[in-house]
Amino acid sequence: MQIRSHTIASLLAPAAVLAAGVVAGTPALAAWEPTKPIEFIIPAGTGGGADQMARMLQGVVEKHKLSKQPLIVINKAGGAGAEGFLDVKNSKGNPHKIIITLSNLFTTPLATSVPFNWKDLTPVAMLALDEFILWVNAEAPYKSAGEFVAAVKAGEAGKFKMGGTGSKQEDQIITVWIEQITGAKFTYVPYKGGGEVATQLVGKHVDSTVNNPIEAVAQWRAGALRPLCVFDAKRIDLKDKITATMSWNDIPTCKDSGLNIEYLMLRGIFMPAGVTADQTNFYIDLFKKVRATPEWADFMKIGAFNTTFMSGKEYRDWVEKAEVTHKDLMTKAGFLAK
Amino acid sequence: MNGESEQGGISHKAVDLFVAGAIMALASLVMYDSQRIGAKWAFDGPQAGYFPFYVGLIMFMASLVTFSLALVSKKSRRVFVDSARFRSVLAIFVPSAVYIGGIYLLGIYVASTIFLSFFMRVHGGYRVQTIAPVALGVPAFLFILFEKWFLVPLPKGPVEALFGY
Amino acid sequence: MAESLEALFHGFAVAMTFKNVGFMLIGILLGVLIGVLPGLGGANGVAILLPLTFSMEPTSAIIMLSCIYWGALFGGAITSVLFNIPGEPWSVATTFDGYPMARDGRAGEALTAAFTSSFFGALVAVLVITFLAPLVAKFALRFGPPEFFAVYFLTFCSFVGMSKEPPAKTVASMMLGFALAAVGLDTVTGQPRMIFGVYEMIRGFDFLIAVIGLFGIGEILLTMEEGLSFKGVSAKINARVVWQTWKELPKYWATSLRGALVGCWMGITPGGATPASFMSYGLAKRFSKDGPQFGTGKIEGVVAPETAAHAAGTSALLPMLTLGIPGSPTAAVLLGGLLIWGLQPGPLLFVEHKDFVWGLIASIYLGNIVGLIIVLTTVPWWAAILRIPFSIIGPVIIVICAIGAFTVHNAMLDVAMMLFFGVIGYAFKKLNYPLAPLVLALVLGDMAESAFRQSMIVSKGSIAIFWSNGLVGGIMGLALILLLWPLIAGAKNKLIPKRT
Repeated sequence: MQIRSHTIASLLAPAAVLAAGVVAGTPALAAWEPTKPIEFIIPAGTGGGADQMARMLQGVVEKHKLSKQPLIVINKAGGAGAEGFLDVKNSKGNPHKIIITLSNLFTTPLATSVPFNWKDLTPVAMLALDEFILWVNAEAPYKSAGEFVAAVKAGEAGKFKMGGTGSKQEDQIITVWIEQITGAKFTYVPYKGGGEVATQLVGKHVDSTVNNPIEAVAQWRAGALRPLCVFDAKRIDLKDKITATMSWNDIPTCKDSGLNIEYLMLRGIFMPAGVTADQTNFYIDLFKKVRATPEWADFMKIGAFNTTFMSGKEYRDWVEKAEVTHKDLMTKAGFLAK
Repeated sequence: MNGESEQGGISHKAVDLFVAGAIMALASLVMYDSQRIGAKWAFDGPQAGYFPFYVGLIMFMASLVTFSLALVSKKSRRVFVDSARFRSVLAIFVPSAVYIGGIYLLGIYVASTIFLSFFMRVHGGYRVQTIAPVALGVPAFLFILFEKWFLVPLPKGPVEALFGY
Repeated sequence: MAESLEALFHGFAVAMTFKNVGFMLIGILLGVLIGVLPGLGGANGVAILLPLTFSMEPTSAIIMLSCIYWGALFGGAITSVLFNIPGEPWSVATTFDGYPMARDGRAGEALTAAFTSSFFGALVAVLVITFLAPLVAKFALRFGPPEFFAVYFLTFCSFVGMSKEPPAKTVASMMLGFALAAVGLDTVTGQPRMIFGVYEMIRGFDFLIAVIGLFGIGEILLTMEEGLSFKGVSAKINARVVWQTWKELPKYWATSLRGALVGCWMGITPGGATPASFMSYGLAKRFSKDGPQFGTGKIEGVVAPETAAHAAGTSALLPMLTLGIPGSPTAAVLLGGLLIWGLQPGPLLFVEHKDFVWGLIASIYLGNIVGLIIVLTTVPWWAAILRIPFSIIGPVIIVICAIGAFTVHNAMLDVAMMLFFGVIGYAFKKLNYPLAPLVLALVLGDMAESAFRQSMIVSKGSIAIFWSNGLVGGIMGLALILLLWPLIAGAKNKLIPKRT
């Protein structure tokens, strides 16, 4: 039933646009609108954080009829996302294609030398920033990041295992960063996905992780994991109790715990190069509308996202700065492709 | 399946040698690339090229055995596929290859219509009355299924563009 | 136990509403369609329809989506049996005996056996979920990298050493599979391997594309060579085939039970439905008295993989619900769905959202019953497809294969690759290179290698980690016994002379 009504709606949509145009008489003044379904590329696999957010967006757009053309979500996860970015790079001037990014926008080309760069794309808007939190098993004795780091330093080098998603990507970058500023030495174990990493920590196959909130929150609530600190400049601004005693806001920043590291992951939207400002504005406007919906607000809360929104020059500058930071971090960590 | 007939055709031995040789060449490539990225056992376990290297090595050795066995094989008259049968294999392979090339140019729906009509006409000898429903109906059904229901875009060409897709 | 039953009955009350049964039907039908089309797998199908459920009530939404999954599990067998094209990765093992049966004119029988076994597998798995959920969930937590490697190794050992083809060719074929699996980005170091500067290759060779080409297109080329017809299509297809097959199935209770257990184990740990189906097929071949005739159209060779695949697919939901780890790609998408509907998967889901969880569990029972009825009633129709002349169905299959290969990654290169694999499939078949080891290596190679190397990172390069605790040591030991089984069995036969 659901499918059928959807079909009819999308069949009628173009007709409605035509009718509106005829009635209004002067469609020339109207801003740019998509004329066919919009391909929404996810440079990550089904079920991951970017995938969840993209499908959430698709659902909100669909439910509130925010766009006359549907968003079609396509996963292109191959090669740590290179597949998706290359596709958008090669679609120069196509206004019916957008891509959601992870940190792999910066890390993949640096680590693999696959030829793409964010400058091959048009930045549209930042939707949110994903936080990173240092987690340990709830049965571990460490109550603060300071205690934990001290224990890692006290133990023999590489005794403590840090689990993370992928190789030479954000989780490993943070790990190396911790090593650099504290002198502690971890053994980094790469896994395929964030959920898997959190479970490995519950099963004590690794000693710590830097999972995103959404990946580990369920285990935290169940009392299996303990958050030590959040890698952000300030605490997460959510004061509702998540567990019996703690809210997101009760997690101290890593900075306050003696780990001067700030790292946030971009959840932003890009388009292919060579599109007009009018076309970009349509999407900026669309995502502004999405952000105003209650569903989006709920989703931001569940995942404890940093809800900063940016577009235009401000966003461009942010991306530019983030690229420099990543290049710097990866150079220091020795992750650049030879 | 392995026709022992003695009519003209491709020799079984030649194909056996060719395939074994091709696998050996491929195995060499695999070993070469694995060496490049490191095929040693480092302090923290195998490097990225460790397993592929040995996989390549075993593949090479196994095919060397196959190659040698084929070389000394007495059944040199054995035919891999005789000419008539090979022609009928080509009769579907060539149109399929052309069809896949056609998808690049025309999109999958138009190319499928042409491919289906061609095949039914040439190999089935059907009349237009039978061909039309299948050749038009199947792509139309797939169009509704993928583009409308599942919202999975398949390759499209100039004809779909005329209708705004 | 009594508590579970009470909760379950409550769940039935939730699931049995008119509306939810309607969603169940829609889900099953869409799922079968998705399962039949190669390429568009259960995970994609569920992901594609996920946003549509956004405005639905969570219980109804997950009932519909999980029914798509059951439908896809059922549907995957259809094209495997009829055309040798696995609709889903876990149906590959079903082609080994299912397709020969269809060629002998026993398509109806093979389909009935496949569907019934799927149902049986799901039933056992859902019983496990209902009564053993908390117990079993904890077990899954004990699986780290060494345990995962041991499970893949076990799958491998239960399957190898059974080929009648020349040993050198068997080895070459298997190594080719491993080599193909290694192409693309290495998960452990993040280095691209064997892409030779072609960046489109960085995503690697997808298992499905290789399989559609090797099995599907390869078979079409062979069929053409043999003169434009599927063999044995003349056999009569009647509606009574379901009853006749059912009368035979109880004979294979041991195979079914073994398959269901293998499936549950693999779904929960989570090893996945595809390795489960291969392992179950390998074990059945080894322990059945008809073992040597497997591959020629034995009904047991259909029962074994299908039971295991469906049991694994179903039990994969358990770690998703209780731990928030997906036991399969489809479960991963459903997990995303839970978050979108505002539910948090994980240990507290059973406590906080009883209606939802037990409604879902009840819908697994109901959905599979509905699914079984739907697919069984369509058996004669599916089998009747084989009567369509090859000059019509042949090109239609090629079109569907092309779409299937495209939809895996939305890439045209894959379609061309599929045709290339078709040629390899044809040549290999004619030269007596077995395809099964290639496919097994392709599906397991990547997972096994990452698990092995993760273990090595953890143990700092010491192999002893594979015997470091009872669980991993036990699985490794079992694997070695299976690997050496032909020798053991041979010795046993010598020591204990057969009675005549």
